[in-house]
Amino acid sequence: MQSAQKRPRAKLSGLNDPRIVPYVMIAPFVIYLLGVYLYPTISTIIMSFQRIDGPTQAEFIGLSNYNKLLTKNYIMALKTTALFTVWDVAILIPVPLLFAAMLASKNAPLPNFFKSLYFIPALTSIIVAGIVFRLAFGSLETSIANRVIGLFGAAPKMWLQFSGSSTFVLVLLTLWRWMGVNIVYFYSAIQSIPADLHEAGKIDGANTVQAFLHITLPSIRPTLIYVLTITVLGGFSMFTESVALWQQSNPGGIGRTIVGYMYMMGITKNNMGLASAIGITLLLLVFGVNMIQLLLMGFFKKEDA
Amino acid sequence: MGQKIKANASTIVIGIFFVIAAIFLMMPFYFMFLSSLKPGTEILRQGLSFRVEPDIMSFTNYNALNTYREGIYWSWYKSSLIVMLLQTGVGLFFASIVGYALAMYNFRGKKVFDIIVLILLMMPFEILLLPMYRALSTMKMTNSYFGVIMPYLVPSFMVFFFRQYCSGLPKELIEAGRIDGCTDYGIFFRIMVPIMIPAFGAMSILSAMNSWNNLLWPLIVLNQDTKFTLPIGLGTTITPYGNAYDVLMPGAVMAVVPIIIVYLFCQKSFMAGMTAGSVKG
Repeated sequence: MQSAQKRPRAKLSGLNDPRIVPYVMIAPFVIYLLGVYLYPTISTIIMSFQRIDGPTQAEFIGLSNYNKLLTKNYIMALKTTALFTVWDVAILIPVPLLFAAMLASKNAPLPNFFKSLYFIPALTSIIVAGIVFRLAFGSLETSIANRVIGLFGAAPKMWLQFSGSSTFVLVLLTLWRWMGVNIVYFYSAIQSIPADLHEAGKIDGANTVQAFLHITLPSIRPTLIYVLTITVLGGFSMFTESVALWQQSNPGGIGRTIVGYMYMMGITKNNMGLASAIGITLLLLVFGVNMIQLLLMGFFKKEDA
Repeated sequence: MGQKIKANASTIVIGIFFVIAAIFLMMPFYFMFLSSLKPGTEILRQGLSFRVEPDIMSFTNYNALNTYREGIYWSWYKSSLIVMLLQTGVGLFFASIVGYALAMYNFRGKKVFDIIVLILLMMPFEILLLPMYRALSTMKMTNSYFGVIMPYLVPSFMVFFFRQYCSGLPKELIEAGRIDGCTDYGIFFRIMVPIMIPAFGAMSILSAMNSWNNLLWPLIVLNQDTKFTLPIGLGTTITPYGNAYDVLMPGAVMAVVPIIIVYLFCQKSFMAGMTAGSVKG
């Protein structure tokens, strides 16, 4: 006691004042928000009403960019992106969830080994992985995919030339790359469920499926909401996977996503105004879908904990 | 007895699922490595192949990495490394402090920041890149490494993670530190950071992986081919006039190997950190 009192207590004034400290700590974030989020967001909105002729030259042209938006290419990119996102959510939530539940179960063989192994694709560059998938789903008669369907007597396919099969390849590539990440999220959440909840379920005579539906799922709702949110976002803003499979040489726009279209218009064709209008529609779309999703998941309901 | 048989049966069923998934997830690595040893013409002729063909396989392709366009591959490698180290270091530094402040202090406006962090998680970052590129060009900072890391100085997913993680830290430590004569910054750096090591471990892996694989923004910012990062550079070996598989495949293997090695070394603390920072209500 004595010695603690003798120690010179640091002067807690100025920037060291505990009331000021948190503001100093978040100051970099505030600057970052203004520079990297707020300024570009406002700028995108303004640019979408402009014709941009250079870094500092621009002219207001009203809604003209939005009027030019609804071209065949845009609608196609929108369709590709939306279709991909739907499949992405439909596959990339339940499959990793199933695996996470199996990994967490008492009967799982070598759970740590498999969990670590499943994460490895996430460390790989999508470009690199895309090259392998591109070759595996190549149009050669000897490509892996064509040999596999050949075993079932099907004729070789041009996988990446048609909308349906190219969505399939895209979703497969995404599943390959992100499955391990989502498994880690779900597994971590399942691990933090208090054990007595499952004990109580067992006493009440719940079987594995019932326990999963009525104990596990409600307990991991926050994680589920989080993963769903980032999956929707990742789906709508997908770009790299598409570049990896097509290298910007999309036959007739197959596989080109909204962000890909935005990049093509803004950078390749140097029409930043139109690209910004495309970006704004993407922003509205992501926010809209995520708001609906959060409402359905009951995110805005009063927290019960 | 019956219980045990049932347990064994479900172990086998789960095991079958695990192995199938493992084969699916590891297959591309097998193809990548195998074809990195075969002549590029072989890939052009028949695509990927399961077959191990010792008579046409050798490590000579790996030598092509040194000779291809005067060893430009290693310039890409260097770029990727620089960007990865910068982006991860700076991001961890800022995001950990911000997440910590949001979790440990009550201050006016805290609620607003909590909501902002959540909104940012839903923000399609890609749409901000065009105006950012314009701003960079007016500042004459395109084609610079700072330009590449600029959007990732305080990554919001990291802020979110550190906030979750720090909300599990004992707040009494702050009071104890103050009594010992520490400033609040000293408390963070000397007392809290050592406790947060698993969180730093998890986030450095996620950040390194994001940076190493980032394509769109570096593609927009960098325009000199010796400064390209690996994803851009490897992409340029695929052209409408022919694909340099001799470079592409060994290049792809060399790009993956170091990351996997780092991961294997720290995967234990990575998993522990992810669990501790997992999303709570």
